[in-house]
Amino acid sequence: MSTLLEMSGVSVSFDGFKAINNLSFQIAEPEMRAIIGPNGAGKTTFMDIITGKTKPDEGRVIFGEKSISLLGMSESKIAKVGVGRKFQKPTVFEAQTVRENFALALKNPRGPFDVLRHRKTKNGAQRIEELAERVGLIDELPRLSGELSHGQKQWLEIGMLLAQSPRLLLVDEPAAGMTPAEREKTTDILVNAAKTHAVVVVEHDMEFVRRLNCKVTVLNEGSVLAEGTLDHVTQNPEVIDVYLGR
Amino acid sequence: MSQTFITRHPSTLWVLAFLGLFTLLVSVFSEAAGVGLVSTSFVKTLGKTLCLCLIAIAMDVVWGYCGILSLGHFAFFGIGGYAIGMWLMYARTEAIVAQSLSANIIPPTDVEISTAIGNQIFGVVGSSDFPLIWSFAHSLTLQLLMVLLIPGLLALVFGWLAFRSRVTGVYLSILTQAMTLALALYLFQNDSGLRGNNGLSGLQNIPGYEETPQAFISIAFFWASSAALALGYVLFAWVTAGKMGSVIRAIRDDEQRVRFLGYHVESYKLFVFTLTAVVSGIAGALYYPQAGIINPAEVAPIASIYLAVWVAIGGRGKLYGAVIGAVFVSLLSSYFTGGSAPDINLGFYIVKWTDWWLVLLGLSFVAVTLLFPGGIASLFDKLTRKS
Ligand SMILES: Nc1ncnc2c1ncn2[C@@H]1O[C@H](COP(=O)(O)OP(=O)(O)O)[C@@H](O)[C@H]1O
Ligand SMILES: [Mg+2]
Repeated sequence: MSTLLEMSGVSVSFDGFKAINNLSFQIAEPEMRAIIGPNGAGKTTFMDIITGKTKPDEGRVIFGEKSISLLGMSESKIAKVGVGRKFQKPTVFEAQTVRENFALALKNPRGPFDVLRHRKTKNGAQRIEELAERVGLIDELPRLSGELSHGQKQWLEIGMLLAQSPRLLLVDEPAAGMTPAEREKTTDILVNAAKTHAVVVVEHDMEFVRRLNCKVTVLNEGSVLAEGTLDHVTQNPEVIDVYLGR
Repeated sequence: MSQTFITRHPSTLWVLAFLGLFTLLVSVFSEAAGVGLVSTSFVKTLGKTLCLCLIAIAMDVVWGYCGILSLGHFAFFGIGGYAIGMWLMYARTEAIVAQSLSANIIPPTDVEISTAIGNQIFGVVGSSDFPLIWSFAHSLTLQLLMVLLIPGLLALVFGWLAFRSRVTGVYLSILTQAMTLALALYLFQNDSGLRGNNGLSGLQNIPGYEETPQAFISIAFFWASSAALALGYVLFAWVTAGKMGSVIRAIRDDEQRVRFLGYHVESYKLFVFTLTAVVSGIAGALYYPQAGIINPAEVAPIASIYLAVWVAIGGRGKLYGAVIGAVFVSLLSSYFTGGSAPDINLGFYIVKWTDWWLVLLGLSFVAVTLLFPGGIASLFDKLTRKS
């Protein structure tokens, strides 16, 4: 188990408002980590920084054993070195079929001329079916993904994330809009993925976090308020004050 | 690729079959075949329309599939026309000059020939020197290469600058308008080396075929245009059908999301922009010999806007939609502006179609965009799905 991602002293402000304030964070590979915190704590912004969507004002973000800096890399480059992301609001390509969505995400060469030469393979089709089976969308493969229910879109996006087979999975509020049974299945998939990958899950639902059974980081006002087991952080008076108490 | 590809894409097969049949019928009834049911000038109109279809499918790929609303693709079309026009004018003038000078007792020197050709071509703008850009005009091969290279390089440089700075949406459209406007303004200058607002003319006369009647030349260009459209259609159908099509449609719908999947969006846009620019150049190179003349007004900003209107009316995001739009609107346009449409007398006011056609076009554009966002092709789709 070695450190995969290390973030140190990162700050971001939007029009003078500090959304992330001197944040430091580490995750190993493999590891499961849950991030909790009140709305506006900066959880999504934290993922935006890692994936290159938002450039921090200061700080370092180091990835992999070669300690490459993710800052200054384009979003696509970051994705290629092994960071995958599931968005808070499910974003799938609604005008395309579920199968096409999977195929877009599947780990394959990403350049235009690679894509032009791309041939559908048995292997690829098999992998798509495996993934679809895993996220319960096997019967929906030929359907337009815009026709899926909210929960199914969440599944599709999780499936696409797995299809990318990144080393670090950033999962923003995966259980939103899911039934308890679906939530349980999501936990299983994530726990399973965390056996071989680094997985960061942002979630509000405490039951969900408990089932992940992992180290928890509490964010508040853009920095880490507490870190440790769920029981440990939920007994922290500061955490109770800003988050749980309300 | 073609065999399996075409059988997997029956709509492409339909379009090709239809195009083949159409080409055959027009040829059979043309003056070249001795029938004359289809006049030579109408063969030219139809041939030009096929070229417009070709640039329309290019526009559909860049806009309808990839989401880049380029309002500058007619610049590439015009450049293709100018590039071939330079050779046509040079070679023909050279032949004329050679003939007139051959009467001289002392054989003319190379400089004399060159000055005489220069005088013929650039006399209208008060010059006789060959500008640098005419360096290759003596060679058909090199000018054909220019038809591909200049639109391709311009698109590559322009696209690289624009996409790299992530210029998108309406800003990109304005930038492409500025590009085509700049080209038009440059061409309008007398010292641009391309005869200012006179443009290049006499392009219907093909050097080496002075004796061949236009009836045959028009059919040859009609076939060439038809073949180019067929090839272009298959090329674009192939590009938009497979995984490439999936990626570029994804870019159209949510480019940021595509980046997070690891695709370098700018490279894809550049690829599509440049490829469609090259095809537009080819379309222009086939169009202007049939039109006979090209001048800077052809690349005025409005031309590229019309192109977008055709594609929108025909139905974007479907290649045959672009074809329908280009045929429908350009033929209607030549009917209404050609003076053959009867005026409507309202008693208190006479509707002259030459004036009102643009209003009608504008209104139908608004109507289609609001009522049938899928364009004419979507109506067509509904009909075929029912039956
Ligand atoms: N692009 C942005 N521009 C301005 N403010 C932003 C932007 N992104 C996030 N914020 C602000 O930063 C804070 C943190 O937001 P976010 O990371 O979305 O919180 P969380 O995901 O923890 O609910 C919020 O106050 C939000 O309004
Ligand atoms: Mg959030």
